[in-house]
Amino acid sequence: MSHSAQRLGVVAESAPGETRVAATPATVPQLVSLGYEVVVESGAGLRSGFTDDAYARAGARIGDREEAWGADVVLKVNAPAADEIAAPRDGATLVSLIGPAANPGLVDALARRPITVLAMDAVPRVSRAQSLDVLSSMANIAGYRAVIEAAHAFGRLFTGQVTAAGKIPPAKVLVAGAGVAGLAAIATAASLGAVVRATDPRPEVAEQVRSLGAEFVDVGVAQESSADGYARQTSLDYDRRAAEMYAEQAADVDIVVTTALIPGRPAPRLLTSEHVALMRPGSVIVDMAAAQGGNVEGTRPGEVVVTANGVTIIGYTDLAGRLPAQASQLYGTNVVNLMKLLTPGEDGRLTLDFDDVVQRAMTVVRDGEKTWPPPPVPVTAAPAPAAAPERAAAPPAAGGPPPPPGRRRHLVTAAVAAVLFVLTAFSPSALMEHFTVFVLSIVVGFYVIGNVHHALHTPLMSITNAISGIIVVGALLQIGQGGAVVAVLSFVAILLASINIVGGFAVTRRMLGMFTRS
Amino acid sequence: MTLTTAAQAAYIVAALLFILSLAGLSKHETARSGVVLGISGMVVALAATVVLAADGSGALAVTLLVVAMAIGAAVGLWRARIVEMTAMPELIAVLHSFVGLAAVLVGWNGFLQVELGGAEGGAESGGVAGTLLGIHHAEVSIGVFIGALTFTGSVVAFLKLSARIDAKPLMLPGKNLLNLGALAAFAALTVVFVASPGLGTLVALTVVALLLGWHLVASIGGGDMPVVVSMLNSYSGWAAAASGFLLDNNLLIVTGALVGSSGAYLSYVMCQAMNRSFLSVIAGGFGIEAGPAGDRDYGEHREITAIDTAGLLKEAKSVVITPGYGMAVAQAQYPVADLTRKLRERGVEVRFGIHPVAGRLPGHMNVLLAEAKVPYDIVLEMDEINDDFATTSVVLVIGANDTVNPAAVEDPDSPIAGMPVLRVWEADNVVVFKRSMATGYAGVQNPLFFRHNTGMLFGDARQRVEDIVAAL
Repeated sequence: MSHSAQRLGVVAESAPGETRVAATPATVPQLVSLGYEVVVESGAGLRSGFTDDAYARAGARIGDREEAWGADVVLKVNAPAADEIAAPRDGATLVSLIGPAANPGLVDALARRPITVLAMDAVPRVSRAQSLDVLSSMANIAGYRAVIEAAHAFGRLFTGQVTAAGKIPPAKVLVAGAGVAGLAAIATAASLGAVVRATDPRPEVAEQVRSLGAEFVDVGVAQESSADGYARQTSLDYDRRAAEMYAEQAADVDIVVTTALIPGRPAPRLLTSEHVALMRPGSVIVDMAAAQGGNVEGTRPGEVVVTANGVTIIGYTDLAGRLPAQASQLYGTNVVNLMKLLTPGEDGRLTLDFDDVVQRAMTVVRDGEKTWPPPPVPVTAAPAPAAAPERAAAPPAAGGPPPPPGRRRHLVTAAVAAVLFVLTAFSPSALMEHFTVFVLSIVVGFYVIGNVHHALHTPLMSITNAISGIIVVGALLQIGQGGAVVAVLSFVAILLASINIVGGFAVTRRMLGMFTRS
Repeated sequence: MTLTTAAQAAYIVAALLFILSLAGLSKHETARSGVVLGISGMVVALAATVVLAADGSGALAVTLLVVAMAIGAAVGLWRARIVEMTAMPELIAVLHSFVGLAAVLVGWNGFLQVELGGAEGGAESGGVAGTLLGIHHAEVSIGVFIGALTFTGSVVAFLKLSARIDAKPLMLPGKNLLNLGALAAFAALTVVFVASPGLGTLVALTVVALLLGWHLVASIGGGDMPVVVSMLNSYSGWAAAASGFLLDNNLLIVTGALVGSSGAYLSYVMCQAMNRSFLSVIAGGFGIEAGPAGDRDYGEHREITAIDTAGLLKEAKSVVITPGYGMAVAQAQYPVADLTRKLRERGVEVRFGIHPVAGRLPGHMNVLLAEAKVPYDIVLEMDEINDDFATTSVVLVIGANDTVNPAAVEDPDSPIAGMPVLRVWEADNVVVFKRSMATGYAGVQNPLFFRHNTGMLFGDARQRVEDIVAAL
């Protein structure tokens, strides 16, 4: 490998209030092991608690702003600000959050530069890309933080106790949307001892909700399962029932965490001001969709407001950034996984493969040419979507729904039973007893064999070999019951079957004798 | 109590013992007592039958019977003693063919006894008359058909497994039509045979079944042998069950059905492990025509020496060995066991990951490793070990190829896409023991060999493992 390694530049974030950084002292060695030279802008990690020294010890070089921005590959968290678009040198690659669907102007501006831009928030939802999915990793910690913020603003304990000073009832928490953020919020609230309920238009997440110890609140109107891993818009009927459900819940719970997002659309409105008015004074709402317009009427992005009836609505848009070290570590790991994908040779050379759907989907600009939006990707991941939307225009059902698998199985069973019935009903009574024995034996055999340990399959086969030598019984009974021909044929049959019986048992014993435990 | 009712009682006892025997095999702890139960069942059944047969036949018949059983027992014991564990698939295939042939002979006898006037004889097999004659003939034809199919199928499987004929699938034009045609011919011949029984029809039917059995297995390639062998196991059971119908004998029906469903279940498990449809396997030969998907450039592979491998293993905390058919071919199980012992003494955690279709027989690898005295509790199934590869220092892939191919997971166009595989590539280091860079059975290139964390150790697996042991 004669060529020189490419340089990765980790730049400091310029967005006000941003605490994260795109690489940590833990991820730098991994980037170095891919063959890259890593330059970290001085002070880039300070707000996440990572000093320049720590980066240097991890194998990075500390440089100034120009040096970091002038690298071959620029690693960043937030989308570049207007004055940063010109910063990367010609031919460089920029990796950061872009939000290409929401910021078409930014994409166009970037495409006027002769650079390549990869959007960390445009990872397609295929299973092998999960390790680079920033939306999921950030949603996870944001969900945790949302509950912590709620607990901070809430004037009481989460867990129920009986003390000498009186009984403390547990707090009741409603989580709207059981995506990654919602599930993290459920788990956190439950671990603090609250009574947790959750709702989601996708009925298939109910199991995940229950597995975290929460109760699933079903709106009661069938909603189609998600095909792309993200929730869809809901039907009008659903929305009406959902509004009733929220009214009921708002009057009952102490904390509401809303997490409903639909990619590329404003956040759906879940709680109206009437719902908020129903809540008790001292209750807390955390609106995790505040940046996209909010799920709750009255949310102000980035602010905490207290309504006239004493309900606190938290609209922070930087929940993940409020856990800076953790957020940077997860983001940094996502970046490392992306770089692994982009550096198949581990030779410090970034190679973009447009035949790979993941790389294709993330690339919004290639060499100054706009490549957004990418062609649609068939998605494999249905469970655990990053954001759990709560409504949108119901897609017209294409044809009738396919019969559920259970129904098909019943049909097959019914067909087999019918065939068996006809077959038996038309056979003479002499066969009846044999059929009964035959069918029951098959069932017995199936259940007995189903339990056999995988490692014993060979001994199983040799023992079934031995007992299928039972056919000797037939030949034994025939040998004296016919002419010479019958006798000869029976003789051969008995001989062969005896080999089977004795050989089969003997070899099985020999094999089983070998299995020993350590 | 007459002799006949006593025999029937003995048969019920024997059938129960057989069921308990198979149930005993489900766990290592009870497997040996399972064999004892099976043997007891067989002794009970045989004793009852011999007494019953001796009662109605002359001295000559009894002599013949005893001689045949004695010869068979001697041969069986002899083969069981000397068989190599690597040759288990062949032995099992041969034993299947015996059951098939015996079923054909029993079927023929059933016909001859009735036709040649043996009908006045015994209570069990003769005395067929009137309306039941038609059924009897149908039973003869079904029994002979399944038996003959099992016989030639097993013979071909044996020949392929012992490399006496080419393991490549036979590709006759219109093979599915041939199979369907053979089935149709069987149905037609059965109808003719029932209407007017004749020796010629029975011979024709036997020939059709023999040819079908041959063709079914000949058109399946060597790598699919685990499915084929367990399928033939199933067929041999159905053949015994068919004979039971013919002879009016419940013991045969019960035992045949047990063996038949056992084999069918095993085939089903194997098919799942290869992500293939059960039906297409039974129909003989499946989409193997799909060759490598174009000449893709996978980059360069990296070679590693036995010394370097030994170095990796010394540093390792946890090692997983994934053997395949190549380990059996190279007889490498003993040095592998030796290596395992050495590493465990050094405090390295060594485990084995077995893919369900590794080898040429269900559970083949387990038997080989057991033969070499590898403790069975460190030999794990694919599902048990797959999540642990990411935390494994070194994986040794010995003679396995398709079962560790990442293309099955990552390349939707691959012919083996969707087949569950051992995710060895998630480990820190992978060492692949291989004779050359040739593709595996499925003819699919394996991107694993070109991964940056993969080293190729070329040569005879046995020799190379011995080299590593020496270097340690």
